[in-house]
Amino acid sequence: MYFIPIFPEIFLFLWAILIFVVDFFLKEDKRKNLGYLSLLGILITIILLFFSAQGEMFGKVYSYDSLSLFFKLVFLLSAFLAISVSIDFVAKFRAFKGEFFGLILFSTVGMMLLSSARELIFLYVSLELVTIPLYVLAAYLKPDKKSAEAGLKYMLLGAISSAILLYGISLIYGITGTTFLLGIKTRLMVDYLQIGPIGPGLFLSFIFFIAGFGFKLALVPFHMWAPDVYEGAPTPITAFLSVGSKAAGLVAFLRVFFESFSVYNPDWVTIVAVLAALSMIIGNIIALPQTNIKRMLAYSSIAQVGYILVGLVALSERGVSSVAFYTLAYLFANLGAFVVAIAFELQTGSSEIKDYSGLSISSPTLSFLMMLFLLSLVGIPPLAGFVGKYYLFAAAIEKHLIWLVVIAVLTSVISLYYYVGVIKEMYFNKKEGGEKIFLPFGIKLALLICIIGVLLVGLFPNPFLNLASQAATVFKY
Amino acid sequence: MLPYSWLIPCFPLLSFALIIFFTIKKPRLSSLVSIGAVALSFLFSFIVLVTVLGNPVTSEFKINWLDLPGFKVEAGMLIDPLTAVMLMVVTIVSMLVQIYSVGYMAGDSRFSRYFSFLSLFTFSMLGLVLSNNFFEIFIFWELVGLTSYLLIGFWFEKKTASDAGKKAFITTRTGDLAFLVGIFLLTTTVGTLNFQEAFHQVESGAISSTLLTLSAILIFGGAVGKSAQFPLHVWLPDAMEGPTPVSALIHAATMVAAGVYLVARLMSIYALSVPASLVVAIIGAFTAFLAASIALVQNDIKRVLAYSTISQLGYMIMALGLGGYTAGTFHLMTHASFKALLFLGAGSVIHSMHTNDIWEMGGLYLKMRTTAITFILGSLSLAGIFPLSGFWSKDEILLLALNKSPIFALVGLAVAFMTAFYMFRLCFIAFYGKARDQHKFEHAHESPKVMTVPLVILAFLSVFAGWVGIPWLSKGYSTFVYHHEVHHLEPNFILMLVATFVALSGIYLAYVIYYKGTISAERLKNRFSSIHKLLYNKYYFDELYNAIIIRPLFKLADFLFKKFDLGVIDWLVNAAGNFTVFLSWFWELFDTYVVDGAVNGLGYVVRGTGAGIRKVQTGQLQNYAFVIFFGIVLIILLKIF
Repeated sequence: MYFIPIFPEIFLFLWAILIFVVDFFLKEDKRKNLGYLSLLGILITIILLFFSAQGEMFGKVYSYDSLSLFFKLVFLLSAFLAISVSIDFVAKFRAFKGEFFGLILFSTVGMMLLSSARELIFLYVSLELVTIPLYVLAAYLKPDKKSAEAGLKYMLLGAISSAILLYGISLIYGITGTTFLLGIKTRLMVDYLQIGPIGPGLFLSFIFFIAGFGFKLALVPFHMWAPDVYEGAPTPITAFLSVGSKAAGLVAFLRVFFESFSVYNPDWVTIVAVLAALSMIIGNIIALPQTNIKRMLAYSSIAQVGYILVGLVALSERGVSSVAFYTLAYLFANLGAFVVAIAFELQTGSSEIKDYSGLSISSPTLSFLMMLFLLSLVGIPPLAGFVGKYYLFAAAIEKHLIWLVVIAVLTSVISLYYYVGVIKEMYFNKKEGGEKIFLPFGIKLALLICIIGVLLVGLFPNPFLNLASQAATVFKY
Repeated sequence: MLPYSWLIPCFPLLSFALIIFFTIKKPRLSSLVSIGAVALSFLFSFIVLVTVLGNPVTSEFKINWLDLPGFKVEAGMLIDPLTAVMLMVVTIVSMLVQIYSVGYMAGDSRFSRYFSFLSLFTFSMLGLVLSNNFFEIFIFWELVGLTSYLLIGFWFEKKTASDAGKKAFITTRTGDLAFLVGIFLLTTTVGTLNFQEAFHQVESGAISSTLLTLSAILIFGGAVGKSAQFPLHVWLPDAMEGPTPVSALIHAATMVAAGVYLVARLMSIYALSVPASLVVAIIGAFTAFLAASIALVQNDIKRVLAYSTISQLGYMIMALGLGGYTAGTFHLMTHASFKALLFLGAGSVIHSMHTNDIWEMGGLYLKMRTTAITFILGSLSLAGIFPLSGFWSKDEILLLALNKSPIFALVGLAVAFMTAFYMFRLCFIAFYGKARDQHKFEHAHESPKVMTVPLVILAFLSVFAGWVGIPWLSKGYSTFVYHHEVHHLEPNFILMLVATFVALSGIYLAYVIYYKGTISAERLKNRFSSIHKLLYNKYYFDELYNAIIIRPLFKLADFLFKKFDLGVIDWLVNAAGNFTVFLSWFWELFDTYVVDGAVNGLGYVVRGTGAGIRKVQTGQLQNYAFVIFFGIVLIILLKIF
């Protein structure tokens, strides 16, 4: 027996409300349990995903297909990890614990809806549902000036990017007379046959779409917010932003550009390719001198988006499947690195890279895991990142995007320097007497999931590759 | 049952992990875990052998491990009679050696680590034997090389041991490079990594004969390295620096046989290339002769055995080169039992005498009866005395050589003579005669049961294991392990008699010189002093390699370092580095001053002057927003122009 396609979203939404309600009735010292309750909700939602029928709803506004299944799993997984590391992090706040978890769930629901959106208004509203809770969450450590600043900056710039996106949507509506992705495609096809090359209005709207989604992805030059927000926001939220929010932007990008704008592929793909190259270059180069691990990871995540887009601009089925696959590999490695950073911050209160020196002596397991996560981000075999990058680059080479792959490989070498810098700090700058990092249950669980993910995806990539290829069959190329 | 064979290498792998992560501080438990794991592997291997005996077909089990564009790798197993036999050889020897090691290594400070390495080795060796494709076999090939390195240098405090480890690793790497290039050449031409598919392609003529010969010879390079064949044989004698049980397991019975196994596994390829098999046969025969002649005059008990191993491996390689799939692998099997026995016996002697020099031993028969009897049984088997294991397998090879090309048979007989001589030289000096070092002799004692029981079992195998290959059996080794079709060679009585006579005369000569003393060893030595010197110094191979390869390399490296590296490369690297630093500095400045600067640098000043924070915030956001809009405008401009 199968549920309706949108059932998992409805369930998670109700569960989030439940969290808010239960929050009122729990005593202060029991509120930690809300985290576990949220984890349970996510687990049930994951199961529900497999018991819901795939198909369309509300007249092609919403469709649950293999692409959205893949990305919904990615969102739920990153929400799960973010919440599980938050449980002890949040314990430091005085109140509003329920809200913290509930808001993450709301944002996740938004992402899930977004991955299924096939109509621009629905897509826009989902996107706002993703971001508005995140604005609040970024500013969650209110007494901390940096956190408040992060929230405010994020909100204002987010509003600007939303406005740009809306402008793009309205232009498209003006040109095609519809907001349905499929309708836009048919209309553009007709236009293309009758009028021919791209007009200025359409071109502007492409750029506005790229800017709007690029903001979510933290793509250069729409990345400016990322380092400040990443540094200021509570670290679990940063982790969530760096994976969940990015993947959401990515899936929206895929939907709109691959479904609606495919007629004018040559017109937008060069722009994206150039922005991807810029992201890789600028992200990696500015990451070099960073001394704060959160800022370093922020810049590295800007660069990582560049790598992901290398697969996207291949405009092929293999390209899209490599994008999906790399997103998964990136999820485990990046969140893993963040989890270690959170554990470290929780105990020492520091997120400076230099404070990691001697960690290999006081906490050998934690440093070893950190090393694996970072090496996976570089793309060293046999870890997940290697297979992911190989797959991305192979897809691009297949389409003769040699220049882009050369940049990608060269910047990967640069990235080695700052990732290994952390490893060097942990292993070679011996400092005796560091305290052993205590790992609460939630963090242990998250570490376990991440390391299993990094190794499993790296060593036995086939099932995941199949899932990703399945996701890529949604589009026609 | 066969589909579960992947468990066979998994037990030792699990034991490795268990020891490393959990029982490293509990030596006794570690050894139990390790022995238990290999016992399980042995049990499963036995079931595999029985299954394959019942139904001798080739079965393959595989899954797609990696399916990337343009690159497909399988993980799988290939199980045929050869695999089944090799599984038995590896698990039996490994199990016995591990039991023996409990006694030999007792009290070592790194006891647990030793067993974890042995487990890792057993895992790698079993994986190698089970591999169904080139990729997999190469991985395990390198893994056995790694464990060999780790175990040779196990007592790394001793400089000679750590040097020997490095020498072994680097020398075999030379062969592995050829192996790797050969794999590339072959697999890119036939378009598959899978053995059976590749054989099929090769047999259907998908590859030109020149290319086939070239890749076959390159792949043989790997076997030359691992099986210590000329000219890469120099590492094996030095590898004797490792613990003696390790020498028995890795450097006599199993890993060094991997090269032989590789050639046998790829028989389909060598069978199709006459020049390649000729190279294989000549290298084998030459090595067999060379190493046996060196063994005649060595004084270190383990080195004699090491050269004997090289010589016997040469025998097997020669057989394979002559197309003797059955003969070569049969000798591999019997050799594993008696050579492991001889090494463990030597270990037992060393354990009690604390010396490797045979001239400090003597009369040990009185003190160590079990060791002596089993050692002599092993020597007899190695010398090829009827009706012990070695006789049957050696006879098989000689018979094959006689049928193919009598020259090889002559070399084989000469080697057999020398083998009998040097083994009994060893036996007579070490176990008979007077005690030469009275102090050591008095302290000599028989080894504990845990060491002698494996000796007895191996002695039993050395006597009887070869009986499965008695040529008059209607069903035996040759009807079980064969390539394409059974090659039944008619037993040749005259050859058997000649071979036996040759072996006995070798033993007699040793008896006359070293037991009776009728012929003085000293006088012989003086009479043939130049030959003796040449042999004693192992034909000066180490010195030669040192002079023509190692020292020039060092000189070149020195030159490159001083001139090229410091001069050119470093300059370039520094320049590139400085440029990158400059770039990042520039972007950082851009980020900090142009963007953040409005807040963090300028901002605090502004706040300090009391103008308020509000201005700072808006200033920054404007900058951020400015970049977004500027980006958009830039893209549009780019598009227009």
